[in-house]
Amino acid sequence: MAAHTMRPPLRASSVNVFTRRMKSGIVSGLAVLATIIVVAPLIAILFYLLKQGVTSLNWDFFTKIPVPVGEKGGGMENAIVGSGVILAIASLIGIPLGIGAGIYLAEYAGETRIGNLVRFTADVLNGVPSIVMGIAIYALIVLPQKHFSAFAGGVVLGVMMVPTVTRTTEEMLRMVPHAIREAALGLGVPTWRSVLTITLRTASAGIVTGCMLAFARVAGETAPLLFTAFGNAFRSTSLNEPIAALPLQIFVYAVSPYDEWHRLAWAGALVLIVLIIASVALVRYVVSRGTLKGAS
Amino acid sequence: MGVGIEVSDLNAWYGTNHTLQEIQLTIPANHATALIGPSGCGKSTFVRCLNRMHETNPIARVTGKVLINDVDIYADASPVEIRRRVGMVFQRPNPFPTMSIYDNVASGLKLNGFRSRRVLDEVVERSLRQSALWEEVKDDLKKKSGASLSGGQQQRLCIARALAVDPEVMLMDEPASALDPVSTAKIEDLIFELKSQYTIVIVTHNMQQAARVAENTGFFLMGKLIEFDSTHKIFTNPHDKRTEDYITGRFG
Amino acid sequence: MRIRFHQSLDDLKEKLLVMAGMAEQAIQRAIEAYRTRDTSICDLVMHGELAINKLEREIDQMALDLLAMEQPMAIDLRFILAVIKINADLERVGDQAVNIAERVCDLNAFAAAEMPVDIPHMASLASSMVRKALQSFIEGDAEMARSVLAMDDQVDKMNEAAYYSLSILIKDQPSLTAQALNALVIARNLERVADHATNIAEDVIFWVRGADVRHHQGDPQNATS
Repeated sequence: MAAHTMRPPLRASSVNVFTRRMKSGIVSGLAVLATIIVVAPLIAILFYLLKQGVTSLNWDFFTKIPVPVGEKGGGMENAIVGSGVILAIASLIGIPLGIGAGIYLAEYAGETRIGNLVRFTADVLNGVPSIVMGIAIYALIVLPQKHFSAFAGGVVLGVMMVPTVTRTTEEMLRMVPHAIREAALGLGVPTWRSVLTITLRTASAGIVTGCMLAFARVAGETAPLLFTAFGNAFRSTSLNEPIAALPLQIFVYAVSPYDEWHRLAWAGALVLIVLIIASVALVRYVVSRGTLKGAS
Repeated sequence: MGVGIEVSDLNAWYGTNHTLQEIQLTIPANHATALIGPSGCGKSTFVRCLNRMHETNPIARVTGKVLINDVDIYADASPVEIRRRVGMVFQRPNPFPTMSIYDNVASGLKLNGFRSRRVLDEVVERSLRQSALWEEVKDDLKKKSGASLSGGQQQRLCIARALAVDPEVMLMDEPASALDPVSTAKIEDLIFELKSQYTIVIVTHNMQQAARVAENTGFFLMGKLIEFDSTHKIFTNPHDKRTEDYITGRFG
Repeated sequence: MRIRFHQSLDDLKEKLLVMAGMAEQAIQRAIEAYRTRDTSICDLVMHGELAINKLEREIDQMALDLLAMEQPMAIDLRFILAVIKINADLERVGDQAVNIAERVCDLNAFAAAEMPVDIPHMASLASSMVRKALQSFIEGDAEMARSVLAMDDQVDKMNEAAYYSLSILIKDQPSLTAQALNALVIARNLERVADHATNIAEDVIFWVRGADVRHHQGDPQNATS
């Protein structure tokens, strides 16, 4: 270590402190401003929806199916139930497939050619326009079956969930430290079991987030449902018949010429957003309750 | 009860790197054996060959014979079986972060099919007592996660976890190198206690530690086992000049 | 590569050799005082004792520090242990020099008389044993050290012969009792010096070979190579 250098001796300097603090403050301020700019539209939308839609919310909205044009009253009970059915099917398809693919990519395929191929395919799938997905499932399921169905709607949304769930699962699994895997192996746990119980469990928080992201995204998809679920004016829970869905219903009502229907569309949009937020929050709450004190 | 380990003609590779060359070694039962040597000499690789963890790396290869209790662990047993009988404690404590202390210790048993609550309770308590951690955590067994303990406690937790499956051999790869002196002393006392029931192999950079806990010491250098003898002999009057140069710090 | 530590080991060796030089010189002076009956040299020896004791303390302290701070192993550990023991032996050699000087001072009060024991010869033997032991220490030569062990017998025999011949002298010429007794004690002191030289040689063998040849019956136990 050089004992004699040309560096000036260390001294306190009040001028530097002020400039430094100012610079720091400016950058912090810009960061806060950016956050506000990003969050503001979401809040604005929520408020607008509330303003427009809350007056139309009543008990009927949630319990009655639509009434013929011209009449007053009625609700979107069938659409809410329909969305629930479709999303349940979509989750049953998309989440297991996505997690399975994610496990394969993270634990078994790694950097191999086939692994990269799978990743590439997932990314491409993610980029396919939703309407194209709808048409594809129309051709694959609706045409052979010769009818629209809730099942087809669930399939298209499920397939759209897969890329997001896969990539998130893979990333989260990769983030599990190698030391944890070694610990499991060292105990004499077979690889498959260690992946399913230890590795998956360690990454579970992130994987759940990924699933929720995918869910929230497809919950609002409208275009694919045009060709698959098609919509239904009546209440239905059968998998083999056309079924109503909130986004579909909102679309149909919003572009219609009837004021009454516009009113219902606003209410429907509000309910859709609130339901999505509520389900994500619920899942996060349940997950956090299951997490121990101090666990990462 | 611990068992003896006999290694003959052991060679190991990482890809094209010949990390272990013609290792011949007999590790006596119910003793602690220390392995010393400079970084990269192959002692960690050697230890990982004893529980077949070396081969978890896709580019790793092993030839030769390792007999544990007269069973050839490569020819006559599966890796999973061996790893249940040969426990391992790693350099950095690695408790399962999402599991409670109880679940961590019980994980080895649970994942191998044992479900009986009573048996698990007993084993968890016994293992935690053996690793001198019971008194400190007995009230928080299911409330605290494994990762919320201090470094020294985490390492003892990992030791308890390894002991819970009742192995015959315990491998320790620099178990105290990430710990403070007090925790280190506790772990060393632990090793002393465990010697009577298990065969212990401990890799260490710390020669004083080897001197304190192990009856026998092996010196590795560039993939070869240079000398293996009683710890007393190695540290007061080693046979090979290379050994002496290493332990007196004359290594370039 | 522990350069500082090895430098410290060299420093320790240097210091011990300084001490050795002082102890050797003390013996030489004491015997010179005997030959020339010069009392002033006796004083020199007494003063030299202080310096030797001081050095002994310093060497012990240095060795202790090295043990505590550097955790020496194997040959380094044996070396430091050997230094500590040789240190003690050299200090006692210095003590013996003082004892001899004191006897010489006493002797000078009486008339000079011919004694039937060749003190200077015995002294040179003991002295050369010390020198050879120290030389073997400087060079780390275990063979040289072993040859010192063999020389001890000669000095022992001379001491025994002195005892007998001086006893006879006292019986035959009681007027020379004082001189005889002093000569006997001096012979005894020289025999002790030879013993210390033997100890030093044994310590060198222990350091170099890791063999414990103390209290030897001729064959070392636990010798390596």
